[in-house]
Amino acid sequence: MDFQNEQDMIDFGEELAKHLFPNAVITLEGDLGVGKTTFTKGIGKGLGVKKIINSPTFTIVKEYQGRWPLYHFDAYRLEGENEELGFEEMFENDGVCVIEWPMYIQDILPQERLEIHMTKNSDQTRRMTFVPYGEKYQQLLEEMKICYSL
Amino acid sequence: MSLILAIESSCDEMAVAILKDKRELLCNVVASQIDTHRMFGGVVPEIASRMHVECVSTVLKTALNEAQINMQDIDAIAVTKGPGLVGSLHVGMQAAKTLALAYHKPLIGVHHIAGHIYANELVEDIQYPCLCLVVSGGHSELVYMKHEFSFEVIGQTLDDAIGEAYDKVGRVLHLPYPGGPVIDRMAKEGKHTYALPLPMNDESYNFSFSGLKSAVINLCHNASQRGEEIIPQDLACSFQEVAVDVLVSKTIKAAQDYHVKQIIVAGGVSANQGLRQALTKRSEIPVLFPPMRYCTDNAAMIASAARVMFEHQKFSSLDLMVKPSYDLEEESLGES
Repeated sequence: MDFQNEQDMIDFGEELAKHLFPNAVITLEGDLGVGKTTFTKGIGKGLGVKKIINSPTFTIVKEYQGRWPLYHFDAYRLEGENEELGFEEMFENDGVCVIEWPMYIQDILPQERLEIHMTKNSDQTRRMTFVPYGEKYQQLLEEMKICYSL
Repeated sequence: MSLILAIESSCDEMAVAILKDKRELLCNVVASQIDTHRMFGGVVPEIASRMHVECVSTVLKTALNEAQINMQDIDAIAVTKGPGLVGSLHVGMQAAKTLALAYHKPLIGVHHIAGHIYANELVEDIQYPCLCLVVSGGHSELVYMKHEFSFEVIGQTLDDAIGEAYDKVGRVLHLPYPGGPVIDRMAKEGKHTYALPLPMNDESYNFSFSGLKSAVINLCHNASQRGEEIIPQDLACSFQEVAVDVLVSKTIKAAQDYHVKQIIVAGGVSANQGLRQALTKRSEIPVLFPPMRYCTDNAAMIASAARVMFEHQKFSSLDLMVKPSYDLEEESLGES
């Protein structure tokens, strides 16, 4: 799925949020500057978060109040760390978890989740590919008529 | 009269300070962990909190010895309650609560950013109303302060914090962590030769540094694909001038719009020489910077903010929790 600009990604995040459910976990992979936080702003908008969503890199996690709580994680600074950090508890709360740089906390990610890969095309537009883990996420993508790979 | 013991452990540092009245600092002990983190190219939260546990009692003993003070003489125990890394914050909070309980002292939970702001008051009285530019690894905010200890966030970053942008650019340029001070030094040796976009150049008081960071990454990427060399000093200079320009322009605009008597700067990036020179030069309103020794995280600043809260009898109960994000505006005290 391709996106022409930032607004496109925000709109899609907003739409996706309407299909989410408590406990949903979404992982976002992609290089620095590809638009992970921008996309999360859209999800927040769809969840009715009023506050400005900005980078959680510094504190690793930021929490926002919406229809359900939104937990915005960034494991960027956890590279090379395998310790328990207590994030598992948050994955089980009745909120929506968006996790940037999930590869650094691979071991503690819940089995069921929606994996989104973001890449930059040569003309600066962005591409997202989707991998659902678990029936709920497959269903979600089907509801939204989004192609995915397994 | 007040004698306040403060503990700060929100990130890199475990620090304890004892402050008598407004600015008689009896001790200010910081156990920096920065060397360990440098090996990893950033702060590793679990390492941070484990090291804090190891050094909290040592730092505390050193502080009391240096100040020649007994715990009995202390009026209140202050501690950073957030924002910061939860694991690190917990260690300081646990120590503070234990001391408060054991010695029957009131506990004062301090917002980390209120601490950075009141670092300024360790050297000079703040003139209200004032505008504060908060710049650090986790924050880029413009805070309007109508009177003492009142905070209204009128602008903030929509994506990355300025210090974060510095660190990420540092990583792209393969510089040691933290990237900020190194880029600041390199910028002095370079020229502004690379064209970078002026981020969020609009009428709002908000900032955006993600696009600038991406532009630097693209520039490096394209150069390496073409087999061209990047001159790091010139890129550091170009990046710094663009970043500082937007910080300074928006700060001055907000200060004029809000008719403040003073501009104050707070947070780790207030140590940046490029920012200090540009803001001092361009602002007609007096600018107050914290002394270099109080720019980075330290406990003296937490004691300084706690001193104001102590005067207002703003104490916390012993079930005070640490949080990765606390709202600064909710810390405001009423007009006295």
